[in-house]
Amino acid sequence: MLQKKNYSAVLYHIIICLFGFVMVYPLAWMIMSSFKESNTIFATANHLIPDKFILDNYRNGWKGFARVGFGTFFKNSFFISTLATAGTIASSAMVAYGFARCEYKGRKILFSLMLVSMMLPAQVLMIPQYLWYQKLGWVGSFRPLIIPYYFATQGFFVYLIYNFIKGVPRDLDEAAVIDGCSKYGIFGRIMLPLTVPALITSGIFSFIWRWDDFLSALLYINSSNMYPVSLALKLFSDPSSSSDYGAMFAMATLSIMPCMIIFIFLQKYLVEGIATTGLKG
Amino acid sequence: MQHTTTSPGLSAKKFFYRDDVAGIIFSLPFIIGFFMFIIVPMIMSLGYSLSEYNILSPARFIGLKNYIKIFTDDPLFYKSIAVTFYYALVSVPLRLAFALLVAMMLKQTTKATGLYRAVYYLPSIIGGSVAVSILWKRMFASDGVLNRLLAVIGIQTDFAWLGSTHTAIWVLIILSVWQFGSSMLIFLASLKQIPVTLYEASWVDGAGKWKQFTRITLPLLTPTIFFNLVMQMIHGFLAFTQCYIITQGKPLNSTLFYMVYTYRQSFEYFNAGYAAALAWLMLIIIGLITSLLFLTKRFWVFEGEE
Repeated sequence: MLQKKNYSAVLYHIIICLFGFVMVYPLAWMIMSSFKESNTIFATANHLIPDKFILDNYRNGWKGFARVGFGTFFKNSFFISTLATAGTIASSAMVAYGFARCEYKGRKILFSLMLVSMMLPAQVLMIPQYLWYQKLGWVGSFRPLIIPYYFATQGFFVYLIYNFIKGVPRDLDEAAVIDGCSKYGIFGRIMLPLTVPALITSGIFSFIWRWDDFLSALLYINSSNMYPVSLALKLFSDPSSSSDYGAMFAMATLSIMPCMIIFIFLQKYLVEGIATTGLKG
Repeated sequence: MQHTTTSPGLSAKKFFYRDDVAGIIFSLPFIIGFFMFIIVPMIMSLGYSLSEYNILSPARFIGLKNYIKIFTDDPLFYKSIAVTFYYALVSVPLRLAFALLVAMMLKQTTKATGLYRAVYYLPSIIGGSVAVSILWKRMFASDGVLNRLLAVIGIQTDFAWLGSTHTAIWVLIILSVWQFGSSMLIFLASLKQIPVTLYEASWVDGAGKWKQFTRITLPLLTPTIFFNLVMQMIHGFLAFTQCYIITQGKPLNSTLFYMVYTYRQSFEYFNAGYAAALAWLMLIIIGLITSLLFLTKRFWVFEGEE
């Protein structure tokens, strides 16, 4: 009996590991290829491990194209992602608190509008928003990639923080009111410190999504020294500008590194965010 | 000054501190944002969808002509709708099925479970990036990894997976299914909510594993499945980056996603009015699909006693 159990346990782990290996193989191949000699990548595509590890691809890729290096692209991406994320967290926390803890006329309508806007993905508004930003004179600058995020435009985050605030006992608010705290005081001194886990989760997701955002950059950024990494990588990979696959894979690998690092160190928050928002809907 | 009740400064302060006013102030970012970045663009685009507009010269009102042209004189509209439906209707259920299967496998906790979950979740985190799209394009090239690995197991081929109208769309579907990890985590979280006593009771009654799955697990997961189905369908209909980078709609428009077609009309052919009409149609289609899904809800989604 015991032996049979052991066998099935071993089989279970083997199956999961094999399937997991298939899952990560593409990524492993990309990362490993970035250390291979560029002209051998496809000839040796069936070997995962390079014969010898070289860093030339990184050196060549880092130079970028159109006389702009990848250093600039990374700087742009960090700038956009960080500012947009800061705006998302700040505005979403405010709005979530207003929805969860304040009573005023129209709150219910606003809340349902927020839920509807969650279902309404940004892509549908691609063209109208473009035309509108053009009217505002924002096209060709970072503004369309940053400013909207300061206005709680992503219902997902409002909803995530809203759910978290709902879980904070109201007794705390009431005690604070007795101590003479206003709504603003409660928000700043009680709610913000207590919702830190939800804010971190939101921040991580927002950062990853902004970092990967390709469409808005494609629409709004038109000078090469303002490209974020996503757009730069796409243009770098176009056959007209490069057939150096080694350099391409090296830069692709670097471009996913920020998200990988977040994933490795802050996985707990990602998992929690997914689990809580996925459940409630 | 602060001691006199009549001072405007103090009454303003009092007003500011009223609970309902505070509520509106907290909601202000959303109110402004919703108006500025959703309502205004939507109204504008409704106007443009009724106009001939090429971005450079002023719009000219033409009534419903754009919509009429879409339905009567635009084979690419029908083509892209068909492609997009096929993509969404195949990839989303497949992705959810994989997510559920793996979630069931990872339900039991062993020492390695945390690591396994991480491995399966990783593709969801980076799957939407340009890097992965570029990688995908190279993997399925005629000299790419897939063919090289097939050669290792004895199948010699230099088939261009992205060059065939039959397989190109599947390259995109596989990329979508590969990212089942976040749905898997949602399923795992829902699985944890199912009381163990249900399984124990059914075991006493003689129910086997399969019966437990179909009679307990699956019904109790239906709300989660439903929510995921709706959200992912919407995103499936609006997929853009993968198609734009990997296939660009080729070959023979067999992978032309609706959003890529809309993008082209607007930014490559400069028919912004026409593209606005296309976008409105997509919004209507999504609304219809979502309401259709909600209509089917009472037939298969278990609502529970709450």
